[in-house]
Amino acid sequence: MELPVIHNAAPAAAGGGGCSSGGCGSAPDALAHLPEHIRARVQDHPCYSEEAHHHFARMHVAVAPACNIQCHYCNRKYDCSNESRPGVVSELLTPEQAVRKTLAVAAAIPQMSVLGIAGPGDPLANPERTFATFRMLSEQAPDIKLCVSTNGLALPECVDELARHNIDHVTITINCVDPEIGARIYPWIFWNHRRMRGVEAARILVEQQQKGLEMLTARGILVKVNSVMIPGINDEHLKEVSKVVKAKGAFLHNVMPLIAEAEHGTYFGLTGQREPTAAELETLQEACAGDMAMMRHCRQCRADAVGMLGEDRGAEFTLDKIDALEVDYASAMVERAKVHERINAELERKRQLRAAPRFQPGLVISETPPPALRKVRMAVATKGSGLINEHFGHAHEFLVYEVGADSARFLGHRKCTPYCMGDTSCGDGESVLAGILRSLEGVEVLLASKIGFEPWGELEKAGIQPNGEHAMEAIDDALRAVYDEMAAAGKLAAAPAGARAAA
Amino acid sequence: MALSINELCVGCHACEPLCPNKAISPPVRRGSAVFFINPDKCTECLGDHDLPQCAEICPVEGAIVDEYGEPLNPPGSLTGIPLHLIDVAREGECRM
Repeated sequence: MELPVIHNAAPAAAGGGGCSSGGCGSAPDALAHLPEHIRARVQDHPCYSEEAHHHFARMHVAVAPACNIQCHYCNRKYDCSNESRPGVVSELLTPEQAVRKTLAVAAAIPQMSVLGIAGPGDPLANPERTFATFRMLSEQAPDIKLCVSTNGLALPECVDELARHNIDHVTITINCVDPEIGARIYPWIFWNHRRMRGVEAARILVEQQQKGLEMLTARGILVKVNSVMIPGINDEHLKEVSKVVKAKGAFLHNVMPLIAEAEHGTYFGLTGQREPTAAELETLQEACAGDMAMMRHCRQCRADAVGMLGEDRGAEFTLDKIDALEVDYASAMVERAKVHERINAELERKRQLRAAPRFQPGLVISETPPPALRKVRMAVATKGSGLINEHFGHAHEFLVYEVGADSARFLGHRKCTPYCMGDTSCGDGESVLAGILRSLEGVEVLLASKIGFEPWGELEKAGIQPNGEHAMEAIDDALRAVYDEMAAAGKLAAAPAGARAAA
Repeated sequence: MALSINELCVGCHACEPLCPNKAISPPVRRGSAVFFINPDKCTECLGDHDLPQCAEICPVEGAIVDEYGEPLNPPGSLTGIPLHLIDVAREGECRM
């Protein structure tokens, strides 16, 4: 079924200008093609800008426990301290507690730029708690960006209120535009005082999501669309979703892999619905990328996550701990402004460097044009700040880039169990390493600040060149240096070496 | 005639604002998630809605029961998880 794509509400929102097609040139920043005023609004938002997520931190406050729909990938027993996925929290907060926690975290982590409400239920199914939190925060922490993530069912009736609280980022989870497909993802919705099921329920949800999306973009509020990729159910369909939401003015599409483990107690987990592989996810993201900007750095964090993407410092800020903290927010705000200014200046400097023509001695000397060089996938271990600053054995994830002759493109992250938990126990090393190697399929080089002797050998055997020479260097520069080195050694002249051209 | 909430409640707050009689209150005991329906106030929504609102939105099978202890949302009725798998789900629940 095809939804009517009604007039694109963009003119007021986008203000013309810029290039709105998939990608312009070879800028490494996926958002580079956005009009300048939108870029400016997301440049310090870790969940919207790939570049920002290396430098800025975010937090979620769990004030919204109720939900108005059920998804087959969600289990409403949300209280758990050792699972890392959306919809899970350790403790529920009242709006007052949430404000106290936000102020404490913002004072302790000056890189923090964004406060989001994302559950554990649906923020707009808890309008009183959600908006009370936003109201207090916009008064007490005016420098923090507020955003919200919703399933969209109650969105149309909340748009005015969202605009009133100065919320300029909204994420809607849209898994389908076809109710027949929706009926296989959503067993029920609560609508007009009754529980509704099946295709009719999915039809209402789809309509509300699309209406909400149009209303938000018409008001100039930035909308990101999240979609959960469920193999065999909506994987093919998400290409259509990407087209439709782009036409209606969403500026970013985030296709995330389904998380479905039996121990999570979800319908999909228990009935054996499989998760997509990293390669399948990448292929789909690639297919959607022709239609709009794709987000690839999402870490699918908890509804009470704190810190940089990929890390969770929630345990440092439990209610009893923040009660003991004295927060001087006024001076923390000054400090944060300084830190943000520094980060932004550094990012701006890098942007300008990228834009400037590069001096390439090789080109000057050679008389014939150099042969076309193939692209190489490289994985990086990082703790943040855009640096190669994590040991191989301590990494919880690797960032994968595709490096070409004049650009490096971020493809996504590969989660893993750290090879070495601390310095004493490398007991399960072997099987853990096998898992890491599997997750790095297609990668030819791995950069970390340090790599141990044993994994070094195993990586080499698997066809991945370990590299520890660029410790503490900027990721961009290190990728470039390694690529140039490979090119100089004549390793890149040939067409892709068969098996490596996975995606 | 009144409904009640049992220990299966996860404390998601969804029912509380929907009650036309303001009969539902959050747990008083710290550490407990279970909400409470005041039997003197509960009318099972008679006269206000066709169906009892708390049971219509509750996401947890078996958590809301009638005066005979019969669940309004019996096992398997909400999530669609086949009955033989529900025990597996219980075993896997997070106990941290």
